[in-house]
Amino acid sequence: MHNFLFGIYPYIALAIGIMGSIARYERDPFTWKTSSSQLLRRKQLVIGSSLFHVGVLVIFVGHFVGLLTPIWVFDALGIGHGFKQVGAVVVGGIAGIMALVGGGMLFHRRWTDPRIRNNSSFADIAILVLLLVQLVLGLLTIFASLGHLDGHEMVKFMSWAQGIFTFDGAAASYISDVALVFKLHLFLGLTIILVFPFTRLVHMLSVPVRYFTRPGYQVVRSRRSEALPQRAGPVAPGRSASK
Amino acid sequence: MRVRAQIGMVLNLDKCIGCHTCSVTCKNVWTSRDGVEYAWFNNVETKPGTGYPTDWENQDRWNGGWERTRSGKLQPKQGSKWRILANIFANPDLPEIDDYYEPFDFDYDHLKSAPEMEAFPTARPRSKITGERMEKIHKGPNWEEILGGEFSKRSEDYNFEGIQKEIYGEYENTFMMYLPRLCEHCLNPACAASCPSGAIYKREEDGIVLIDQEKCRGWRMCVSGCPYKKIYYNWQSGKSEKCTLCYPRIESGNPTVCSETCVGRIRYLGVMLYDADKIEEAANAPAKTDLYDAQLDVFLDPNDPAVIETARADGIPEDWIKAAQESPVWKMAMDWKVAFPLHPEYRTLPMVWYIPPLSPIQNAAEAGAIGMDGAMPDVRNLRIPLKYLANMLTAGDEEPVALALERMMAMRSYMRAKTIDGVRDEAVAAKVGLNGDMIEDMYKIMALADYEDRFVIPTTHREQVEEAYDLRGGCGFTDTNGCSSGVSKGSLFGGSKKPLRMPEEVR
Repeated sequence: MHNFLFGIYPYIALAIGIMGSIARYERDPFTWKTSSSQLLRRKQLVIGSSLFHVGVLVIFVGHFVGLLTPIWVFDALGIGHGFKQVGAVVVGGIAGIMALVGGGMLFHRRWTDPRIRNNSSFADIAILVLLLVQLVLGLLTIFASLGHLDGHEMVKFMSWAQGIFTFDGAAASYISDVALVFKLHLFLGLTIILVFPFTRLVHMLSVPVRYFTRPGYQVVRSRRSEALPQRAGPVAPGRSASK
Repeated sequence: MRVRAQIGMVLNLDKCIGCHTCSVTCKNVWTSRDGVEYAWFNNVETKPGTGYPTDWENQDRWNGGWERTRSGKLQPKQGSKWRILANIFANPDLPEIDDYYEPFDFDYDHLKSAPEMEAFPTARPRSKITGERMEKIHKGPNWEEILGGEFSKRSEDYNFEGIQKEIYGEYENTFMMYLPRLCEHCLNPACAASCPSGAIYKREEDGIVLIDQEKCRGWRMCVSGCPYKKIYYNWQSGKSEKCTLCYPRIESGNPTVCSETCVGRIRYLGVMLYDADKIEEAANAPAKTDLYDAQLDVFLDPNDPAVIETARADGIPEDWIKAAQESPVWKMAMDWKVAFPLHPEYRTLPMVWYIPPLSPIQNAAEAGAIGMDGAMPDVRNLRIPLKYLANMLTAGDEEPVALALERMMAMRSYMRAKTIDGVRDEAVAAKVGLNGDMIEDMYKIMALADYEDRFVIPTTHREQVEEAYDLRGGCGFTDTNGCSSGVSKGSLFGGSKKPLRMPEEVR
């Protein structure tokens, strides 16, 4: 069972997460959206949403970098495991509390406000609950981590995560003796990746970074398949247009 | 010079009777769907009033449109790209639906299903958002109809800027006008500029501004970006929607639904050629009062041989150039200077223009005392304050509006002399800088307003850009998802699907 949950399930979750997202983007782009409910009720959203998103993004980046950066990179940079563990606990703890408070406000708003409740799908509510439970589990792992601040437990998770991505058949065995709360946190995390393409979470894949690279502000579309020839200045009257 | 063509619109407010036919026909065609019940791509407001959504004109509150920064740069008033993205989790400038109104329907079914009762059954309102009973309706799409509500509220109208407005609350001094509004299809659209996804675009061939529904992610920056509040967030589909200028009709040479159904014949549609290279400079004019003139400078004279030659080189079809020469919009905006952009100070270079309304002479009882300027009354004595119209149409510059009103009065005076006295009074025409022929043309277009004179719309030349052979046997319009299947029932990804329901035989 342990081998299935942490050796095979990650591949199922990742496969569905990735393929599902591609399929949705390709087949049903109209449903790819943030589903913002700010128009219906501004109350609690401005603070709640900001806290939640900033917190979750910090946590996300922290997990991504912390788990998937090869261990030798940290060694080469001279970052000790203990230092990294303490850093993760402090930064992750603060961001986790931000996200939990913000998410709590969003959930309260979604659950109690008839305007929002009435226009929430099952997936909208379920994914928020999953994320909140995951945040609580994540914060609980801090207490377990306080027992081994030297970072040796964290190295196990790094080995496991990197093992998954390098198709290491023994990956699951690296975390066989970690505390239960970690296993629950990992399992739920994988499950969130699995349901990702079926929820509004997909909007995070379309972070509009291209806005910065877009020349100027305006967008003009033309039906022409070929651009018109460039002209330096106005055409002098009497001369026929280049054709 | 880079010549582009745009379908522009002019609304002759002097003839608007506030019947709302435009709004209703538009709604029936475009927004009779879930999530946009509250949205009116076209609405008619009674002025003075705070409008719909409430106080939309006040950009100190909504931060719509553009601003010229202290260093002379043009940027959206909501902020630069960084500021806009920093607010992506919660948009501080977004109106709430209550700023429009909570959409409602009535329990009509109760009228026929009610049991026998002592009192007559009534249809009570029910919210379209929550489905719950609404005991009191606080707002609607036209809450200030015919000066409804107390003056203290209506007088928060932004156009009273710089006017001693108290006296207009008195019954004897009150004034009123209608303002039909729709998307301005701006030359410098602030909605498109603030869309992080790049889903809002302006069409090169006719200037219509549209939202790509498959690219829109619902970041909702366009709603606050548009100073006219003419982008509506569909709270059910999670996408923004806007007036499309009825592009399928325009493409085939037909007027928009609002124009077609206008019983007062106040709407005009025509082609304007403009210089795309001049847009930024014009929108960035240093003084607000310069913006109207700056926009006039962007337009290109379709009779100028140099312009025609460049237009051809820029791929403008021949019949579009011809339509631009006959354009009623050109005549009213450029030849006669009677039409003006709505709030040019937003720096969006709007393309739906307005002819200001004449109004009765103030204090008609004291008619002998009013200033007569020769045969015509002085436009400064009209009931609607000149400053009010100027605040709305020229960023506060009264002179152009005064000239337009004088020309319209001169037209009346000239035509009265012609039809009653049989005299062609060139003096009246010359006084306002026109001549008799021009006035008669004005009369034909503005007063008689035949269908052919109001709508000069060339068809879109798809044949120049598409290969008809490739389109043969195509699937036509689909509800996203390309041509995968006919009807898709239910979606794995949670979007609510509305399969096309065909009428079925009743057994």
